[in-house]
Amino acid sequence: MSTTSDVPAVRPGPPPDGPPPAAPDLALHLLRLGDDALVLGQRLCQWITRAPTVDEDLALSNIALDLIGHARALLARAGRLDGTGRTEDDLAYTRPERRFTNALLTELPNGDFATTVARQLAYSHYAVLYYEALAHCADPELAAFGARARKEVAFHRLHADRWTVTLGRGTEESARRMRHALERVWPYTGELFEEDEVLRRLAASGTVPSPAPLREAWLHRVTGVVTGAGLTVPTPTWTARGGRSGLHTEEFGPLIAELQSVRRQFPGGTW
Amino acid sequence: MTARTTTGATAGATPSADGDGLPARFDALIAGGETIEPRDWMPDGYRRMLVRQIAQHAHSEIIGMQPEGAWLTRAPSLHRKSVLLAKVQDEAGHGLYLYSAAETLGVDRADLLDALHKGRQRASATFNHPALTWADTGAIAWLTDGAAVINQAPLCRTSYGPYARAMRRVCQEEAFHVRQGYDTMRALCEGTPEQKEMAQDAVNRWWLPAVALMFGPPDTGAGGADARTAAPGAAVSRRAMAWGIKRHTNDELRQRFVDSCVPQAERLGLTLPDPAIRWNEERGHYDFTPVDWDTYREALGDDTHWARQRIAHRRAAHEDGAWVREAAAAYAARADAAGGEDA
Repeated sequence: MSTTSDVPAVRPGPPPDGPPPAAPDLALHLLRLGDDALVLGQRLCQWITRAPTVDEDLALSNIALDLIGHARALLARAGRLDGTGRTEDDLAYTRPERRFTNALLTELPNGDFATTVARQLAYSHYAVLYYEALAHCADPELAAFGARARKEVAFHRLHADRWTVTLGRGTEESARRMRHALERVWPYTGELFEEDEVLRRLAASGTVPSPAPLREAWLHRVTGVVTGAGLTVPTPTWTARGGRSGLHTEEFGPLIAELQSVRRQFPGGTW
Repeated sequence: MTARTTTGATAGATPSADGDGLPARFDALIAGGETIEPRDWMPDGYRRMLVRQIAQHAHSEIIGMQPEGAWLTRAPSLHRKSVLLAKVQDEAGHGLYLYSAAETLGVDRADLLDALHKGRQRASATFNHPALTWADTGAIAWLTDGAAVINQAPLCRTSYGPYARAMRRVCQEEAFHVRQGYDTMRALCEGTPEQKEMAQDAVNRWWLPAVALMFGPPDTGAGGADARTAAPGAAVSRRAMAWGIKRHTNDELRQRFVDSCVPQAERLGLTLPDPAIRWNEERGHYDFTPVDWDTYREALGDDTHWARQRIAHRRAAHEDGAWVREAAAAYAARADAAGGEDA
């Protein structure tokens, strides 16, 4: 998909002494990572003042804050690389639904607390592995981002691990809810590791690592946690996909409409 | 994760005064400006006043998360979203420090929350107003947090040690919120005419709640209250000041707030919705319209949409999360038992 067609006034493409040839691919890849963080952060914002305890309101707002921070860094860089000069806010607040490239996992409705924990478990284990890999990439700005972000998502992983075990080994009801939550979420985890032409080119040129080879380590780690919780990792019979090419769930439209509502009500506003 | 803090939950139990010099020692500590600590003897009235005040403050932090929390998903830039997330997170943190401080007086956090949910204790009625636009998040932070800082700064030196220490952390963060609120309003005032109109509308709605409710009822004749109206507030304030819990009257703090806001509003180009505001050279303060307490109290009874809604929202979250807290308790009990067997 084109990432530029909603800003027709600006001609895409690198200036003469501008970014390297991999720039459009890298821009799209960072847009995807940024959208993952933004959309998951937005979902977690919906929990605040509704969590099971005040301590959890605090924990979830802390995680959301980190994720929005990751989104800002990634989207800002994507906007610089794709030649359109769009800012983090241009990207978050002016794209229509079909231009968002997050994995469907991140937009799944919060559901009950167990569903949110299952979604956090899948995402945070993936994010730790991917940001660790990114911390070793050749691009110094991205490597620095990976090194910082991996420490933050390691806390999110710890939070998800603890709750998975607590719910799995808590009461009959919590174990049942956690089991259903894993089954609900698991078909959406595959998309995080999908590799398309863009990623193959980026990995082949050594620009950034592909997430595909990390899937095995991810499965090993989450299996350890889920087994420790007295539960079994589901083996889904289908894999959800479409988010990376802008084909989202029906629940995604309202999420984006809400995100963008104030900004769209005040055209030309400064914030 | 969910386990409540048990800091000193039993440490606050009152030892018997049995005729020895405990009350005299308490009075001497207060007179000498020393702090009272959880294990010190204290009069029951002192303990009750503190529990009531600290719990009300903690509840206000938790309920106060709602009007701003409702705008987290709609914040109009990622920077503002981050700032608002950090603020709401601070409020949850303040609630937790304050519940811990209350627990040093021998009460239990779960019981305090239960009292809030069942209407036996209250949060500040300030938050029984709705946050209708994005500008409300700026006005709340600038005006109600601004009022909170003025109200709470003296509490950093309140006589009960755990409360004073909690308040030092709270006040530092509140001061930061006020600056952020002012900055949110500044951006709107420098924006389009529609943005500025939104800012003015929010100030029109949040000024009176801040002036009236953040400082409590009149406790002197200063606000134009007659002696009869001010009498109940004055009695409570006198007692609280004698015990070193409060340092200033409600009316003194209210005046200090008005004096600080008027020049800030002028800089923003916003009009505070009180035509009587003008500098009084003789007093060295701004005059303002006395709060019409009778009308105001009536409008803020428990039977208003927002008073009910705030508690209903809080109760729904608590009830929806019951199974999670039960799971955490069961898991912790099992882990304790397993630890016991290993030992």
